[in-house]
Amino acid sequence: MTDWSPIFISMKTASLSIFITFFIGLIVAWGIVKTKNDSVKIVLDGIFTLPLVLPPTVVGFFLLYVFGVRGPIGSFFIDFFAIKIAFSWPATVIAAVVMSFPLMYRSARGAFEQVDSNLLDAGRTLGMSEWKIFWKVLFANALPGIISGGILAYARGLGEFGATAMLAGNIAGQTRTLPMAVYSEVAAGNMGEAFNYVLVIVVIAFFVIFIMDYVTIRKEKQWK
Amino acid sequence: MSDKLLKVNIQKELKEFDLDVNFELKKRHLGILGPSGCGKSMTLKSIAGIVDPDKGVVSLTTDEEHVYFDSNKKINLKPQKRNVGYLFQNYALFPNMTVEENIAVGLSKGHDEKTVSEMIKRFHLEGLEKRYPRQLSGGQQQRVALARILAYNPDVILLDEPFSAMDTFLKEQLRIELVNSLKDFDGFSILVTHNRDEAFQFCDELIVLDEGKIIAKGDTHEVFENPRKVQVARLTGCKNISKVEIIDDYHIKSLDWGVIFEVSEKIAPNITHIGIRAHDFSPAEKDDVNAFDTVNSTLLEMPFEWEITLANGLWWKMDKQIHDHEFVIPDYLKIDPKNIILLEE
Repeated sequence: MTDWSPIFISMKTASLSIFITFFIGLIVAWGIVKTKNDSVKIVLDGIFTLPLVLPPTVVGFFLLYVFGVRGPIGSFFIDFFAIKIAFSWPATVIAAVVMSFPLMYRSARGAFEQVDSNLLDAGRTLGMSEWKIFWKVLFANALPGIISGGILAYARGLGEFGATAMLAGNIAGQTRTLPMAVYSEVAAGNMGEAFNYVLVIVVIAFFVIFIMDYVTIRKEKQWK
Repeated sequence: MSDKLLKVNIQKELKEFDLDVNFELKKRHLGILGPSGCGKSMTLKSIAGIVDPDKGVVSLTTDEEHVYFDSNKKINLKPQKRNVGYLFQNYALFPNMTVEENIAVGLSKGHDEKTVSEMIKRFHLEGLEKRYPRQLSGGQQQRVALARILAYNPDVILLDEPFSAMDTFLKEQLRIELVNSLKDFDGFSILVTHNRDEAFQFCDELIVLDEGKIIAKGDTHEVFENPRKVQVARLTGCKNISKVEIIDDYHIKSLDWGVIFEVSEKIAPNITHIGIRAHDFSPAEKDDVNAFDTVNSTLLEMPFEWEITLANGLWWKMDKQIHDHEFVIPDYLKIDPKNIILLEE
């Protein structure tokens, strides 16, 4: 009998993490685009892109260092809220957010930079507030790029393995996500069970990409 | 209109040069003429508040004085608060919004419907309300951009090379449209351009800018007729410019063309160059004043002009009809002493 809990855990983790990644990615990308000092820009960009380049286990190692029981944030949560972050479900979200963040951030930044800066200045001289300019001009015109960043980040979050294994472990019914479940079943020699999980992942991934691509193409067609 | 005054006095350090522009505008249409990269756009952007100058004052006096920028008093109004319209070179229409939405974008909620429909009518955009900018022609885009600016009812309109990216035919049509659209506008307009025809056509007053400094300022016709400086002469379309050696009070030798000219005005000691407009030559006899021979000239036919390059490098242009194809270069050409423009470096 197949255990369906990894599907729910993965869906929960991927959905919450894309929500967090999406907004943080947008805000950070906007901040970097607005930064005028080039050396600050390069250093920050390096830090924000690092999770994409480092092996996931190395990122997991750093996360464990920070969120672990003796880590600065991990011990703070234990002392003040009696919450243990490492090896609990929130850890899967933290790992997914950190690993998928660079994709969202870089796509959003690229999409923002593609928007003609004259449009923003035009908005300003027409009296639009900065908030309105951000959403109605910058965000709206960068939307196709932002959505494709969102797709990539969602897929990355759904497939996250290395950092999750380090920080959240592989506890059945708690932190065992779909990729973890595939690994566990194969390790135990249950190829049939593993195949079920694989199938679910492929279907979800394909469905999400299809929906988001459809939205992007429709938006672009409307303006042309 | 007569009591309005726009004061601009800005300094800004740029990579290649320092921008230092200082003028006061009382008449309606000012032109800023200069080669690309001379600081023209930077000046406009400083007035609009898109770029911050290092030092200076920008203020507009209508009924009362509105200070946009004052480095001493640490005033720097946001572009949103300046009420200055800016027509961008590419019009900067929002591609994700329809014509209507573009025009309404800067308006407060209460006024939308009426102002927008008025603008649509005034700029002949009926039927295009629901279109997106990409579905419009260049001329329609310009009208939407102007409608969007005028709906916002600005005190000053800044026009940043509005025709530079267009083919000749469309350009001439849009120039006329722009002149007509701005006729009813009761505020200042500043046109930035590197094209002398546009400057001449639009502007009551003209400023010529080179490497961030004003090198000529005044009534447009006056600047074209009496450019005084070599760069100004070049920018206002003087084709023949030569270094000179002063012979006496009324005679000057051009070093590039090897001809001695008589001039009508007493030559000041600071004169280093002369300029002759290509249209100012006329056929002559050997012994006429300022006559020289035309041996070894080359003749080039254009649709409406003959272009003759003399052996010494002088350039003569002569109007012609489209169906004329024959031209005999006269043996001698002369230039009226009063048409020799005395210039300083």
